Amino acid sequence: MSDEAVLNTKPITPPAQSLYTPFNVIAGIILIVGFIITIRRFTGGLDAVTNLNDNYPWGIWIGFDLLAGVALAAGGFVTSAAVYIFGMKRYHSAVRPAILTGFLGYALVVIALHYDVGRPWRLPYPFIAQQGTTSILFEVAACVALYLTVLFIEFSPAAMEWLGLRRARNIVVKLTMLLTIFGVILSTLHQSSLGAMFLMAPSKLHPLWYSSYLPVYFFISSIIAGLSMVIFESSLSHRYFAHKMDEAHLNEKEGIAFGFAKAAALVLFGYFAIKVVGIAMDNNWHYLTTSYGTWFLVEMLGFVALPCFLYAVGAREKNLNLIKWTSALTVFGIVLNRLNICLIAYNYHLPADEKYVPHWMEIAISLFIVTLGVVAFRFIVTRMPILYAHPDYQDEH
Amino acid sequence: MSVSRRKFLGWLGAAGAGVISGGTAKAASNKHFKGYPDSMGVLHDTTLCVGCRSCEAACNKVNALPAPKQDFTDTTVLERKRRTDSSAFTVVNRFKQSESDKQPVFVKKQCNHCLEPACASVCFVGAFKKSPEGAVTYDESVCVGCRYCMIACPFEIPAYEYDKALTPRVVKCTMCHPRVLEGKLPGCVEECPTEALLFGERNKLIKAARKRIARFPERYVDHIYGENEMGGTSWLYLSARSYEQIGMREDLGVTPAPKFTEGILSAVPIVAGLWPVLLTGIYAVSKRKDKVAQEEQSQAVAEAVTQAESQAEVKLKKALVLAKKEKEMAVKKEARKALEKAAKAQKAAEKKAQEEATEK
Amino acid sequence: MEFYTLQEFLTYTKGIAYLLIAAILVSVTGFWLFLTDRDED
Repeated sequence: MSDEAVLNTKPITPPAQSLYTPFNVIAGIILIVGFIITIRRFTGGLDAVTNLNDNYPWGIWIGFDLLAGVALAAGGFVTSAAVYIFGMKRYHSAVRPAILTGFLGYALVVIALHYDVGRPWRLPYPFIAQQGTTSILFEVAACVALYLTVLFIEFSPAAMEWLGLRRARNIVVKLTMLLTIFGVILSTLHQSSLGAMFLMAPSKLHPLWYSSYLPVYFFISSIIAGLSMVIFESSLSHRYFAHKMDEAHLNEKEGIAFGFAKAAALVLFGYFAIKVVGIAMDNNWHYLTTSYGTWFLVEMLGFVALPCFLYAVGAREKNLNLIKWTSALTVFGIVLNRLNICLIAYNYHLPADEKYVPHWMEIAISLFIVTLGVVAFRFIVTRMPILYAHPDYQDEH
Repeated sequence: MSVSRRKFLGWLGAAGAGVISGGTAKAASNKHFKGYPDSMGVLHDTTLCVGCRSCEAACNKVNALPAPKQDFTDTTVLERKRRTDSSAFTVVNRFKQSESDKQPVFVKKQCNHCLEPACASVCFVGAFKKSPEGAVTYDESVCVGCRYCMIACPFEIPAYEYDKALTPRVVKCTMCHPRVLEGKLPGCVEECPTEALLFGERNKLIKAARKRIARFPERYVDHIYGENEMGGTSWLYLSARSYEQIGMREDLGVTPAPKFTEGILSAVPIVAGLWPVLLTGIYAVSKRKDKVAQEEQSQAVAEAVTQAESQAEVKLKKALVLAKKEKEMAVKKEARKALEKAAKAQKAAEKKAQEEATEK
Repeated sequence: MEFYTLQEFLTYTKGIAYLLIAAILVSVTGFWLFLTDRDED
């Protein structure tokens, strides 16, 4: 008890420390560059900052920021479902960091969309102007909007504890089960629908990646991404914010890594299995010997089968270090999968010189948005009870 | 929870089965839609096209598009393959079988105005509509600019005004919908000098195309492109060569675009209906398991306590017995001691008496 | 109501489906409360 009390009264930033830490300098530069490009984007149009063209209407802002971003933000629904629905209370200390990562992830996705769409101020139009109910994107938009709200409410108790709003906080905490169930429903729907968006382009997406199982692939791989992000994020937090963690977090940390690694290994196994089934269902075996086939095998063996095996070894041998590195490999693999579907295997019939390569300013904006997330995450965990239980609400789980 | 565990497991099974079948269920799969009756279309007979680009010029004029970089009479633009873009609703391409091909084929490319348009199916604000007259129209006033229509279009037609900061639009051929409503011909059809373009009711155009194929079987391949492609298009094509050779994909299939996502869209309400059942079911089971575990634990504790208690009692009893015994022993010991003492005293007395007696 | 295209038909039926989803999610919450509010735990 006394430990946390001390923790809580610590000054937010040690006064002696200079502002010019390496983190602050690099983040500062990225934010300034991003800000300048932002002005360019909204005064000169998409042409001024992107390599998008009529054949490639979607670039990395969709492939990375939206598709990969939403998948990587799945940690929130996976962890809260595990703890509150499946009753795995031993992972309780992972819930708040995962919800925060998820909330920031979705918020950043929405910010990124403002850069990508032509008239961002019209983003509410699908709900207020005219409903395109046959569009998978309509469903994605509705679910993302609702889920961002759900995540915000799920995250809010931490902020309310910080601000001392006890009554409001207690009301929201009572809604935990309802919010968790809503979160799982909405996540099931939109994670799978992001894959289903490409069902519309059977003639443009390479047959090895196109499958009527695309929605299932996207949903299952989002669970893998969510589990891996929790491990990855917790190992980073442990490295940089260990002083913010309380006993429970420090004690449960290893158990969370082993448990999540085991789960991720199992889900990766299933994912690999259904991907093979997909090839068999469409009889696409002969494509495996082409150059796209080689690339497909790199993704499948290097970023699905290998992490599956490494996670299993890490969980068996209680090798925390191996699990950490495997989580990074898995996260990279999910990003690669989304980029493959959205960009690399998309328009596979076009000659190589018509392929899209992102403009450096597109990459800079993606970096800018990720940096915004990291800065926001740091701001919040150094202030609010995310990595420790607030002393006033210690015994209430 | 008053519901038995078995009941809950039953619900779980039912929910699971429902979800699996829901994913493949397609509502209304036996319904067939024939499109608007008497809707209009254009038949493009590529064997009659001379590549003069009059259609491009006419399109530019009637739609008030920006002036082109090279004049429409300049045929050097035919050297490379072009696609529609934000300043051109239509382009003519030239296809040669070899470099020395003396009889190249010219093909006009523009929106094919699908009967079941992919762009309309994917638009989340419903900006695209198939009109009863045949045109697929675009409503700029609701467009958000997500460009999903461009991803979905199998003919790679819609283009985007990437250079506009505030009012970018999706751009594509309108089949001159406003002109058709006024009873006029589409601009391109009106200007075509060779009758390579024929405007009319789609049903009649198909009949006319069949007649041409029947009359000149050596001239045409026996396939009207657009009759069934992607569920059929309002623009129809005739060709002397395989369509693959004149830059048109023959691997698109005949499935209307909305069918690609119909299945997954019907799974959405199924998930919304059954997921709450499934998830609260799992929650209830895990909660019950916790409760049982808790009960078992408290029972075990209670048992341990009673066991400890009874053990203590036994110990106490034993101790009491022991104490009693010890007491008895002690009493006996004392008695023996007393007896011994008495005996000793007697002996001593006897001895004394004897000694006294011998002294006397 | 007559539909000439699959697209029209789907716009109509999916519109109803979305309304149903909203109704289902609200009513299932209420029903769960009705189902369990006399439970002891």
